[in-house]
Amino acid sequence: MIGTGKIKQYANVLDKPLGKGKQEVSLSAFAFLFSELVQYNQTQVDNISELETRLEDAGYAVGARVLELLCQRDKGNRRETRLLGILSFVHSTVWKVLFGKVADSLEKGTEHEDEYMISEKELLVNRFISIPKDMGTFHCGAFVAGIVKGVLENAGFPAVVTAHFVPVQGQQRPRTTILIKFAEEVLRREARLG
Amino acid sequence: MTSTACFIIVSRNDIPIYEAEVGSAAKREDAAQLHQFVLHAALDIVQDLAWTTSAMFLKAIDRFNDLVVSVYVTAGHTRFMLLHDSRNEDGIKSFFQEVHELYIKILLNPLYLPGSRITSSHFDTKVRALARKYL
Repeated sequence: MIGTGKIKQYANVLDKPLGKGKQEVSLSAFAFLFSELVQYNQTQVDNISELETRLEDAGYAVGARVLELLCQRDKGNRRETRLLGILSFVHSTVWKVLFGKVADSLEKGTEHEDEYMISEKELLVNRFISIPKDMGTFHCGAFVAGIVKGVLENAGFPAVVTAHFVPVQGQQRPRTTILIKFAEEVLRREARLG
Repeated sequence: MTSTACFIIVSRNDIPIYEAEVGSAAKREDAAQLHQFVLHAALDIVQDLAWTTSAMFLKAIDRFNDLVVSVYVTAGHTRFMLLHDSRNEDGIKSFFQEVHELYIKILLNPLYLPGSRITSSHFDTKVRALARKYL
């Protein structure tokens, strides 16, 4: 009979092996789901900053799980204890798994000691989204900012993470920058660890 | 061989999310409270130690009478703590790694709030089975 190949059925999800997971997921399915997420939240809030907060919270939940999963899967059970370590983890490993490529750049802020920026020419989540003029500074990248915040905070590096559009000379569409501002205690601990 | 062992999972915010007495010795009423107290007292030590190494398994970090506290810290700073009297380090390390996998599977559930109590009875059964196997 055709198709009698047995796939082992597991009674409970805890018995299923973790495995490598799907390497690729349909972009259109994700774009559709994300647009529904944004639209649903739009009906629930009164202003833009609340909408950004909600997207950020959604991303935070993803970040918390991604951190644990990737450390176990890709890093062979080693934790990150240093600032640069966790930043490069976010910049390469997390980005690669979520978006299929490493982030465009990771820079240290020049004005303040505690600021770092991850830049991307065009965020995957924004690819099919256009912001109407009356929504001003709203950025759907708040979702990605939430993911980064989830990863950093759960690893023990609390930070305020926001997404901004940065206009670039000679290009029509502005670049996106994820701005990470670490809390005081992170810098103090970094200084202590030397 | 009877052994006393108390296993606790403590979240990032120092709230216990799972507790189990997994030793094969007969349980005494006051022993359980004493074990929990010792484990919570060891949390301070874990906090400092966790930042000095990038390994997840921190071996024996504290002792109480003849009982030893071993700790395993995950990437999200969830601590698995075991109070035991055995000396089988490899067994304990394998135990922690297997429980870590179970914990990740629980965490991946989008309806599970990270940092809340783990109430799944299946998880409980599996942890106890692993304890009998490795400890």
